[in-house]
Amino acid sequence: MSQSRIRVLVGKPGLDGHDRGAKVIARALRDAGMEVIYSGLHQTPEEIVEAAIQEDVDVIGLSILSGAHLTIFPRVKELLREQEAEDILLIGGGTIPEEDVEVLLRQGFAEALFTPGTPTGEIVGWIKQRLEKKGPEPARAND
Amino acid sequence: MNDKERWQENYRALQERQSNFVTVSSVPIAPLYTPQDSAGTNYERDLGYPGSYPYTRGIHANMYRGRLWTMRQFAGFGSAQESNERYKFLLSQGQTGLSVAFDMPTIMGYDSDHLRAYGEVGRVGVAIDSLQDMERLFQDIALDRVSTSMTINAPAAILWAMYIVAAEKKGIPSYKLTGTIQNDILKEYIAQKSWIFPPEPSLRLITDIFKYAKEHVPKWNTVSISGYHIREAGATALQELAFTLADGFAYVEAGIKVGLDVDDFVPRLSFFFNAHMDVFEEIAKYRAARRIWARHMKEKYGAKKPESLLLRFHTQTAGCSLTAQQPENNIVRTAYEALAAVLGGTQSLHTNSMDEVLALPTEKAVQIALRTQQILAYESGVANTIDPLAGSYFVESLTDQMEKGAEDYFCRIEEMGGVLAAIEQNFFQQEIADAAFRYQQEIERHERIIVGVNEFTKEEKVGIDLLKIGPETEKAQVGRVQELKRTRDNAQVRSALAELERTAKGSDNLIPKIMSAVRAYATEGEIIGVLKTVFGEYREQAVY
Repeated sequence: MSQSRIRVLVGKPGLDGHDRGAKVIARALRDAGMEVIYSGLHQTPEEIVEAAIQEDVDVIGLSILSGAHLTIFPRVKELLREQEAEDILLIGGGTIPEEDVEVLLRQGFAEALFTPGTPTGEIVGWIKQRLEKKGPEPARAND
Repeated sequence: MNDKERWQENYRALQERQSNFVTVSSVPIAPLYTPQDSAGTNYERDLGYPGSYPYTRGIHANMYRGRLWTMRQFAGFGSAQESNERYKFLLSQGQTGLSVAFDMPTIMGYDSDHLRAYGEVGRVGVAIDSLQDMERLFQDIALDRVSTSMTINAPAAILWAMYIVAAEKKGIPSYKLTGTIQNDILKEYIAQKSWIFPPEPSLRLITDIFKYAKEHVPKWNTVSISGYHIREAGATALQELAFTLADGFAYVEAGIKVGLDVDDFVPRLSFFFNAHMDVFEEIAKYRAARRIWARHMKEKYGAKKPESLLLRFHTQTAGCSLTAQQPENNIVRTAYEALAAVLGGTQSLHTNSMDEVLALPTEKAVQIALRTQQILAYESGVANTIDPLAGSYFVESLTDQMEKGAEDYFCRIEEMGGVLAAIEQNFFQQEIADAAFRYQQEIERHERIIVGVNEFTKEEKVGIDLLKIGPETEKAQVGRVQELKRTRDNAQVRSALAELERTAKGSDNLIPKIMSAVRAYATEGEIIGVLKTVFGEYREQAVY
């Protein structure tokens, strides 16, 4: 399996159906040459983490517009830790008030948060830069 | 050279400040409109008089000179008791209609103690698990004297049954009840995505409601056919118009298919549109909507009653047009949008609060939103005359263009095999995703200016207060529903649910059986659970 393309899971947790942003981001990341998996709606944190591991992604991007960001980001982080998959970058966006953005970033529940009005190019740039810094993937025995 | 040619020459000699001029929906706009642009319009045939066919100029002969539009602000949060207090306050302030917002677990058919409800109970609306909560929600409110609008779709039949039974227990017969259930499942598959069952059984629930309402709740609006969510998901004004009316026609055809006469249920259908930023495009959309509906009802579906021809609609300003940056600017955006809705002849209006892009609105923000409507109604003078923009070369030309564009979409949808087939083929979903992406790209390429976002920006902290909702509500609600499940007559619940399951497998009307289950205090989640075992669940193939 080629590791050259960045793999991203765009996850839509919660019961709401606000998927406009998630879909626009998914398409922008795909157009930027990334491999994008969109989880579809109404996913639990467990389902998102399971899909991320199964799909061997580099990044999880969560789109949250239900106001539940303070429960969902910590829960996804916790599950990633339990699954020993903390190398997966966790980012997100949606209707997240500024002070909650600060709380989530400070406590390490997300690597980056992009709130309404962010150009998609900024998100693409952030992901590319972060994954370059991480360096090339170590060779795997079964590759 | 005639005068027009001379003007064209003069115009071409001058510079334009940008390379193209388009609406918010990316429709090109000409520099000037003249009598030639509306030359095909026949006043009597295409416009007529307010309150007369084809109703382009409005559905009432007197419009706002008789009564202003209804200022109906949507609200609901936390527990039934908290919302009840808010409603009683609103009624004491002279409001005559209530508009109930439910929380996401209620909208999706989960009880508050379900795993998937975790963190979402009472957050974006009120949590209703059973008749007990519905009785609390309307405690001390005279249900024969208020009209109640409930924003509920997939489980609409259940919440409606709870409302009817709650009234019945107060001694109010169902024929006296007035109100609306949104109950528009087609736009859920297309845009808002709060579905439960697949389309066929969902439509059966809707036609069962038509039949039951006709006999027992004749003053109830059975579907609020909604373009609002289609637009919010990214559609253009034309797509909003065309897809919403196509959904409306699909409900009309579903009613005819189960043997109803159009004049028996179409007068109880109403509409719900968005008001986005492009003032003239929106006005043209509302005017075209009335004309298209009247023409189709009369010519295609053979409606006889005038009420079947009237497109009555509620409007909400565009949440998706609001910006997180410099949120106070949203007050101005909402005001222009409200202006368009009123110039377009809306029957009722919800104006968004400036902070809704960040959280549920604070009381102060809601008050400014309501004042925006009052200033429009009482100070601006726009409600003094009926359909003031009729005869504008530009607006009439846009109105005609909207109608033609919508008719083209209806043909395409019909070629695909109708609305359900088009949903299965992801037609609407792809059209909307494409439009949303194009809009975002226009902003990023700077072809579209959004003040405070990609121009006139400013580094600043958001300086407004936001509403916070704590976790206590959820804990208390979970306790209440679990207590109910322990203390009610569970044998009666089981027998009512078994009866419901048998009916779901057959073809009899489901509403009386849902009402029996509700009377026995079966929860929403239990009733939905039984229906899921018979109907199955909808799964989306997401496209973007």
